[in-house]
Amino acid sequence: MKEETRTALICVAPATVIIGTFTIFPIFYSFYLSLTDWDGLSPTKNFVGFGNYSQLIADEAFWNSIKLTLCYAVGVTTISLIAGLALASLINRTERLASFYRVIFFIPVVTSFVAAAVVWRSLFSPAGFLSDTFRSIGIPAINWLADPTWAMPALILVGAWMRLGFNTVISLAGLQAIPRGYYDKGKVDGAGALSRFRFITLPLMRPIILLLLVMSLVDAFLVFDLAYVMTGGGPLQATNVAGLLLYKNAFHYYKMGYASAIGMITFAIVLIISLIQMKLLKFGKEV
Amino acid sequence: MADTIFSQRTTWNRIKMVVGTIRRIWAHILLLTIGFIVLMPFFWMITISLKPPALIYVPPHLIPIHFEWQNYVKALEAAPFARYYLNTSIAALCIVTGQLLFSSLAGYAFARLHFPGRNILFLILLSTLMVPFYITLIPSYLIVRILGMVNTYPGLIVPFLVSAFGIFLFRQYYIEFPKDLEEKALMDGCSRLQIWRHVFLPLSKPPLAALGIFAFLFAWNSFLWPLVVTTDPDMWTIQIGLAMFSGRYGTEWTSLMAGTTVSVIPAIVAFIILQKYYIRHLALSARLG
Repeated sequence: MKEETRTALICVAPATVIIGTFTIFPIFYSFYLSLTDWDGLSPTKNFVGFGNYSQLIADEAFWNSIKLTLCYAVGVTTISLIAGLALASLINRTERLASFYRVIFFIPVVTSFVAAAVVWRSLFSPAGFLSDTFRSIGIPAINWLADPTWAMPALILVGAWMRLGFNTVISLAGLQAIPRGYYDKGKVDGAGALSRFRFITLPLMRPIILLLLVMSLVDAFLVFDLAYVMTGGGPLQATNVAGLLLYKNAFHYYKMGYASAIGMITFAIVLIISLIQMKLLKFGKEV
Repeated sequence: MADTIFSQRTTWNRIKMVVGTIRRIWAHILLLTIGFIVLMPFFWMITISLKPPALIYVPPHLIPIHFEWQNYVKALEAAPFARYYLNTSIAALCIVTGQLLFSSLAGYAFARLHFPGRNILFLILLSTLMVPFYITLIPSYLIVRILGMVNTYPGLIVPFLVSAFGIFLFRQYYIEFPKDLEEKALMDGCSRLQIWRHVFLPLSKPPLAALGIFAFLFAWNSFLWPLVVTTDPDMWTIQIGLAMFSGRYGTEWTSLMAGTTVSVIPAIVAFIILQKYYIRHLALSARLG
């Protein structure tokens, strides 16, 4: 064997073995497991065909969790994307201190979901800062995380807070890449601030907005840590997102086959979102 | 005549400048206010962590006026946070080292070496970025269990010793290097592994720093995997320890906030030190995600 080929094999072997073992093989194995009723412990696995899938489709808890997860993903994405764009254009206008603001708004992004969940649980608690602030301006205090109506909005708020810095920084990079001259020209042509945004900023930012949209949706769809620590899926299943459903089925009820089927469906949904993005991006290029 | 027009112009320009300055100051005031609101949970966390427990229900404020360091001692006594710290540090150190080494090696091979199946292998590895962790969770756990690595450091570490993102990062970096970079070294009789070690690696500070901080934050903050592969409290990482502590002492806010403060410091400090590299590569990671 040539020295070059030999060296190349040495270089790619560790990466290939690890990714192969812990990512590629599991995709196929997960699909196989989803066709069995295995409990994770017994020596035999009974093949049940698509039984788990038809059971899932009939399972109200599953549809509830998909609905909740979508609700969370859409909520987090909408808030963090719009707020992130607004913040980025504000930072872009200041000309100074941009890197300072970037760091400030990014700190929640590098904080763990667990720490965020613990702190926000305290903020939302009846003795916490939020309830107290609301009381002081005359709004009756809500026990957010114990109320089935308000638990999901609370979760969305925290999720958007964790996401905001990321969307801001990426949007800012996009805004900074737009040549100043475009805006000056627009001004000369008599375009107001709103139409400058509509006809200059928006079309040029379209690929970045689309990218952030899909990334936020996918990331938020895979929420787990936050829900686990903040609400544990409660109250009354009001925040039992798909990740929690999968985890509980696999590691509390030992329904590995059923949990694998949930994983496969989640994968399919994420894949569809990504494929739509690719389609839209290509479409954007043609126009 | 020309004189008046000239002075009118300068006055106009001066007004425009003043308006611009006012608008900029206004933007700064707005941004500082929003920044304060965004960081509010951290102020709250630190304030509560330093409050005497008896005063917890007294109307809250965001800036600490009490400094009850005992809360930290109490948190450390209530749960073995030192042990969680040690476990997380060991796991994070190994994950960062492994990712830097293996991603750089693989990136070098994909960028500079010719071998059969190179492009297809690269594409396959890259496409694994689309695979959500949920789908690999159960099989990965089963593999780790078969290998007897549940409740061990290797169990926490091995699945994350390399990342497709890291490989892509190094490949993009090495592919930009001039074509004849290796030629002289090859003529001098260096092996290609030596070239990686003595030519490419010393030039890799930006991707090493960027991947280093990405991998560190990932390792320090990860929750689901350690939750699944550790049942022995002696093996818990800081995130598991904190979550369990929060479950057990749910309303003892002072020690809980002390524990949380201790848990977030390494991540925030690491980010602030390496933020230049982190932010520069964020767009790249975004494009891949």
